[in-house]
Amino acid sequence: MHTPTTTEPSWPDAIYAHFQRVGIRQVGYVPDAGHSRLIARCQADNSITDVVLTTEEEGVGLVAGAALGGQRAALLMQSSGVGNCINMFSLLRNCGFGCVVFVTMRGEFGEFNPWQVPMGTITEDVLRLAGFLTYRIDDADAIDDIVGAACDMAFDGNLQIAILLSQRLIGRKQWTK
Amino acid sequence: MIDRRDFVKQLLVDRGDLLVVPGLGSATYDVAAAGDHPLNFYMWGAMGGAAMIGLGLALARPDRRIAVLTGDGDMLMGIGSLATIGVKQPRNLVIVVLDNAHYGETGMQPSATKSGIDLVAMALACRFKQARAVSRIEEAADVRRLLRIGDGPILISARIKEDEVPRVLPIRDGHVIKQRFIEALNST
Repeated sequence: MHTPTTTEPSWPDAIYAHFQRVGIRQVGYVPDAGHSRLIARCQADNSITDVVLTTEEEGVGLVAGAALGGQRAALLMQSSGVGNCINMFSLLRNCGFGCVVFVTMRGEFGEFNPWQVPMGTITEDVLRLAGFLTYRIDDADAIDDIVGAACDMAFDGNLQIAILLSQRLIGRKQWTK
Repeated sequence: MIDRRDFVKQLLVDRGDLLVVPGLGSATYDVAAAGDHPLNFYMWGAMGGAAMIGLGLALARPDRRIAVLTGDGDMLMGIGSLATIGVKQPRNLVIVVLDNAHYGETGMQPSATKSGIDLVAMALACRFKQARAVSRIEEAADVRRLLRIGDGPILISARIKEDEVPRVLPIRDGHVIKQRFIEALNST
């Protein structure tokens, strides 16, 4: 069980507040350390069904099914997971399913692991090519404003929106022996 | 071995308020051949996605019954979905795999099930409440009953004939398929 601590950044709470505001009812995710606090908040919320996915593309189907049933869903993944979704994203664009995806970035600022770099450096381009509007956030002060606008655009306009949470915002992954 | 068209038609006769997610390719044609219905979310792409659309729908509408009717190729591509569904244990979700052990859309190349890869065993290992294979048309009535009242998640592997049947093509516009499904669901 993840226990938020006082040293942890609190910006995930601002995302969670928008989940509550716009009535997100399903959250699909493949975990990332950068999403751990938000996942914990969703798991603790009885109004949200959290769905742990074996691969991120499953979440695209989940979003579509939820929307068919009248519920709003959000997806949480890391940048590597975006690559797993490309063909499945056609479902969202082809049918006009509103969707908001929160992508924690790897393979950029201060990345220790070079294996993360090839996907991390093309993540935003891939999302755009797949029909997403993308908003990149480097500064925690911008979270509330941008996430609020993104959620409204996604669900009022049936658009596909991705929020890229930069590695600088999340903080470098700490590698210990 | 089962005639796919006859089987699907029997599953969907007097379907009531059943929500149906047919996977791309032949499953979509089979469901269309059984009679067009606004509560069919026909798929023409997004291979591997049918079962997860079924899960999202099942979680959103626990008051309704959801049937995913798909082929072995689509189910194999989304095979991890069985684990994801097994975690959530949706009681209102039934997956029927129309298993001819081949990729029918692309020239009948054999799929993994042709080599004995066992979808039923995988579903049971993923904590499906019930999973079994059927190979006789006489079993359609029992599968139809499971679609309506079976305690899910359930997976049925229907061993269908390998012969190709004429395509019956439903609407393709994704926005229309989505919108008429949502409107029909909201009004029933």
